[in-house]
Amino acid sequence: MKPLRILIVDDEAPARARLRDLLSDLAASLPHEIVAEAADGMAALEACETHAPDVVLTDIRMPRMDGLELAQHLGRLPRVPGLIFVTAFDRYAVKAFELAALDYLLKPIRAVRLAAALEKARHSSLRSEQLQILAPQGRSVLRSTERGRSLLVPVADILFLRAEQKYVTAHTREREYLLEESLNQLEQEFGEIFVRAHRNCLVARKAIAGYERGQHAIGDGEEGSEAQWLLLLHDVSEKIPVSRRQWPTVKALIKA
Amino acid sequence: MSPSIRHNLIATALPDFRNLGVWLRVLLGVNLLGLLWVVARNGDWHLLPGEFVDIALWLEPPLFVLLPLLHLLSTRLAELPPRLGKLTVMCLALLVAGAQHLAFSFSFLIAETSLARALFWAALTTGVMLVYFALRSALYSPALAEARLLALTARIRPHFLYNSLNAVLGVMRRDPRRAETALEELSDLFRVLMKENRELVQLSDEIGLARQYLELEKLRLGERLRIDWQIDACPPDTLMPPLMLQPLLENAVYYGIEPSEMPATITVSVGTQGKRVRIAIANPTPAGTGAIHVGTQGRGNQMALANIRERLMLFYDLEADLSVLERDGSYTVTVDLPLRRRDQA
Repeated sequence: MKPLRILIVDDEAPARARLRDLLSDLAASLPHEIVAEAADGMAALEACETHAPDVVLTDIRMPRMDGLELAQHLGRLPRVPGLIFVTAFDRYAVKAFELAALDYLLKPIRAVRLAAALEKARHSSLRSEQLQILAPQGRSVLRSTERGRSLLVPVADILFLRAEQKYVTAHTREREYLLEESLNQLEQEFGEIFVRAHRNCLVARKAIAGYERGQHAIGDGEEGSEAQWLLLLHDVSEKIPVSRRQWPTVKALIKA
Repeated sequence: MSPSIRHNLIATALPDFRNLGVWLRVLLGVNLLGLLWVVARNGDWHLLPGEFVDIALWLEPPLFVLLPLLHLLSTRLAELPPRLGKLTVMCLALLVAGAQHLAFSFSFLIAETSLARALFWAALTTGVMLVYFALRSALYSPALAEARLLALTARIRPHFLYNSLNAVLGVMRRDPRRAETALEELSDLFRVLMKENRELVQLSDEIGLARQYLELEKLRLGERLRIDWQIDACPPDTLMPPLMLQPLLENAVYYGIEPSEMPATITVSVGTQGKRVRIAIANPTPAGTGAIHVGTQGRGNQMALANIRERLMLFYDLEADLSVLERDGSYTVTVDLPLRRRDQA
C-alpha cells in the first residue's frame, strides 16, 4: 500500500508535535509520510499545492486563515485531499461538522481515533454541499494562479469582477488577477457583496461612487450595444457600463 | 464593605452605610416618600413643585447630618445585634429630626409643625426605609446571592482545559520537565477555579494566579504571547473579588493573541488612585480573514464581561465600575474598585 501523504496544520507547536508523536506510533500499522506542517490556513494552502497531500489534519482557530475557510479552498483544488478537523471542544464547530458529515477529532487526541479517522479520510473527499453548511458566509479570499504560483486576493479588496473569454479577472485598486472561477458561481457565493452590472461584470456594491450617461457600446450582442449608463467607481478611473436589463436594480441600489 | 458576601448579607440586617449605593438609595427613597406625601395631600398640580421644595427643606438637612453620622458609626452598628442596630438607627434619626425642629424654630424658618408631628414623620420615614433595606437583603438573600456568585465564578472555557492538556501531551516526550511544571500549574489553577470563591482575595494572590495562567498559555503559544506587567506601587494586601483577572486575560488571549499572525502583547496595569484601585487589561485587535474574526470581541467576551459586572455588583453594589474602550486597534477593559485592605476589612 502506498504511504499516506499527510499535511499537519495547527498554529500551536505543541499540538503539531502531539500529532507527529501519535502518527509515528501508528507508523507500523498505517504507513504514512508527513509531507509538510503549516501554522495557518494560508501556509497550508501553499503546502497543498507543492505537496499534494492525501489527507489534511487541521485545527480550526488559526491566524490569517482559519480551518473552515481552508476547507473551502481545499474543495476547489484540482486534487481534493481528505480532511480531518482537529479541535478542542467547540460546540458550534462540532455541530457544523456533524451536519456536514465531516470527520473531526477532539483534543487531546487519542491514537485509536486518529487511526480510524485517517482510514476513513483516505477514501473520501470533500463535497461542495458539505462546504456550504460549514461556512455559509462564503470565502474571504479568492485564489489566483499566475505563472504557476498562487496568490490570494481578499474579497474585500475586489472592486469588480469581469468575465473575459475563459477566465474571470478580479480588479483591485492596484492590479488585476486571473481567477479560475465562473462569474455565475461567484455571483451566487457573493451576492451580498457584488451586484451584476451587465452580462460580463459584477461590481462591488461599496465601490460604486456614482453614474453618468455615456455612449459606450460594449458590442457583445443586442443587450450590450444599448448600454447607456456608466458606473463610476471609487479608486479606479475605469467606468463600468450597465446593461438596460440591470439598470433598474443598480439604480435602486445607488439611490438607497 | 465587608470582606465577604456572606458577612455582607447575613450578619448585618442593617445596610452598609459606608456604601455609596446605600446613600443613594436612602436619598432617593426618602425624597420619593416626600413627593408621595405632597401628591397625596395636594390635588393641584401647579402647586406641586413649590410644595416639594418646602418639604425638601425639611427632608434634606437631617439626611445630610444623619448619613455621615451613620457612616462614622457603621462598624459599631454592624457589631450590634440586628434589632439593637435598627433601634439605634431609629433613635439617631429621631434625635436628628428633633434637633432640626429646634434649630428651625429658632431660625428665620418658622416651624409649621409641632415637635411631635416632626418626630412622627421622622419615625415613619426611617421605619419605611429600614423595612425596605430588610426586604431588599431578603430578596438578595445570602443563599441566593451565594448560589449566584458560585455559578458566576465556575465558568472557564473548556477550550482552555483541552488545549492545555493537548499541549502538555505535545511536550511530554521531548521535555518531560516542562510537562511536569505545566501539570502542576494546571492543577493549582483548577484548585482555585473549583474552590467556592465567595471571599475577597488579596491582589497579590490574584496576580500570582494570573501569572500561572499565562505560563500555561505560553506553553501553547510560545513567543506569540507577550505580557507587559505595569504594576505601580500598590499595597499587595489590597482586596479584590476572586478570579477577576483570569477571565479577562483569557479573553485577551482568545481575541488578541490567538488570531494574530505576529507576536502580540497584552498589557496588564494595576495601580491606585486615591481611594480607588484601577486594573486595566489591554490587547491588540488583530485584523484577519475567516469566521473567527468577524465582528469585534464576540459573544464569549460579552458573557464574561456581564458575569464580572454582576459579581462586582454583588461584592460592591454601585461602588465598582467596569468599562470597555476599543480604539486604534486596541481593546481595553478597565475595572475600578474601592481600595480596601485586609486590616480594614
